[in-house]
Amino acid sequence: MTINPQTPMGLAPEALFGGFAEAPVQSARAFRALLEAMARPGTIWQVEGAAPPAPLSIAAGVAILTLCDGTTPLHLAGAADCLAVRDWVTFHAGAPLCAAQGAMFAVGTWAELMPVDQFRIGDPDYPDRAATLIVEMPALAPTGPRLTGPGIRETVHLSLPETAAFRANRALFPLGFDTLLCSGDQIAGLPRSTHVEDL
Amino acid sequence: MTDQAYNFAYLDEQTKRMIRRAILKGVAVPGYQVPFASREMPMPYGWGTGGVQVTAACLVPEDRLKVIDQGADDTTNAVSIRKFFQRTAGVEVTEATAEATVIQTRHRIPETALSEGQILVYQVPIPEPLRFLEPRETETRKMHELEEYGLMHVKLYEDIARHGEIATSYAYPVKVEGRYVMDPSPIPKFDNPKLGGNAAIQLFGAGREQRIYAVPPYTQVVSLDFDDHPFVASKAPHDCDLCGASESYLDEVITDDQGSRMYVCSDTDFCATRQEAGHHGRLGVPQFSSKKIAKSLEGFCAAEGVTE
Ligand SMILES: [Zn+2]
Repeated sequence: MTINPQTPMGLAPEALFGGFAEAPVQSARAFRALLEAMARPGTIWQVEGAAPPAPLSIAAGVAILTLCDGTTPLHLAGAADCLAVRDWVTFHAGAPLCAAQGAMFAVGTWAELMPVDQFRIGDPDYPDRAATLIVEMPALAPTGPRLTGPGIRETVHLSLPETAAFRANRALFPLGFDTLLCSGDQIAGLPRSTHVEDL
Repeated sequence: MTDQAYNFAYLDEQTKRMIRRAILKGVAVPGYQVPFASREMPMPYGWGTGGVQVTAACLVPEDRLKVIDQGADDTTNAVSIRKFFQRTAGVEVTEATAEATVIQTRHRIPETALSEGQILVYQVPIPEPLRFLEPRETETRKMHELEEYGLMHVKLYEDIARHGEIATSYAYPVKVEGRYVMDPSPIPKFDNPKLGGNAAIQLFGAGREQRIYAVPPYTQVVSLDFDDHPFVASKAPHDCDLCGASESYLDEVITDDQGSRMYVCSDTDFCATRQEAGHHGRLGVPQFSSKKIAKSLEGFCAAEGVTE
């Protein structure tokens, strides 16, 4: 960690801001949105309460504050692996930062997270021991690839960054990584159980 | 107002994060039992501490919580859990299924169809459907990994050989999305068809056994059966004596020492709502709900043979 003499904890002063002001209630509301997002793949939800440093989106910040702590190694990919984000994550979530292979959570753009087969897909007897990818997207829209599977009544559409990697991930089921897609204050879920098809 | 001596919904933030992560993994792998570090709760295990922890991790202040115990809102167990969350989370409570956003249940699925935006949380005593066939956790875990579910069919087939039909009437095993065999908790098999294709999110919490699992909305859930002995969601062949419903699950109540009996909806909200709408059964008296009648008969009623 880089030592910054301006704050007693060695963190950049701006790292102290942008967390949940009322963690118990804000994290509860945020989790409900994450639960609905993951249980209803392709639906887009709005979240609030986090103000993380660039390049993290509000939604990615909310996901980190709601799910990550000292027990969940987090991988910062690409531009997210900067001093401001490292300090903010350390101060507000306390998640140990790690390489992609050991991560329970990873955050970055789709390109920065490549190759996604470096992430944990769980063990055959413990498929829950798999990574959750928090993917920063330029936008989220109910258009593009067609999704079917658990949580989806018939079909839905979601603007995924690609389809081949998600189809390969689905072929590993019940193993595989799970994905949260973020853009601004919007978030959508794509669990490993979802079937993805190009239109 | 919430009781300020507790954190919101009682559990500390780190515990809720751990439970929330387990819930999301459960949702991602429907029917698979996710281990979690169950916490001591201020109530005994038989009171649904697994369900209480799942509910605590899901609640927001805006929720309206309903708690049912074998279909009834007014048992000691249901009332205690409802009061617990009124005090620790400041949520509103309701007995109306349609008005609830979160429903914690023991041993029933409400008769009224659930809708999107609702969460049904089950209290689970024994989450492992293979446990009575194989006591070792390492072995059952391997069986799930390899989809070795033949023994389960053997057990059901023994039922047919012995009784001419599948005698299992509670906790009837199901297969979720063609992959994991799951214990739906001790609901009557009458409720099994409501597990699949449900609009609500269904979450299952086992406190003593430290497992969480989930069935997302619109998920395929199939009760195990055989081509020549298909699954039947049976119930007592009667109508409710109070509201006249023919399609609801009934409790049999012995009403005197001559063995007279009546059949009443196990889902007290469903029954009361029907009576309020003017439906009457054989003994229907509009101003009485089934739970009031059942309560007035307490003491000399035969107990339903279901315990957690
Ligand atoms: Zn009735």
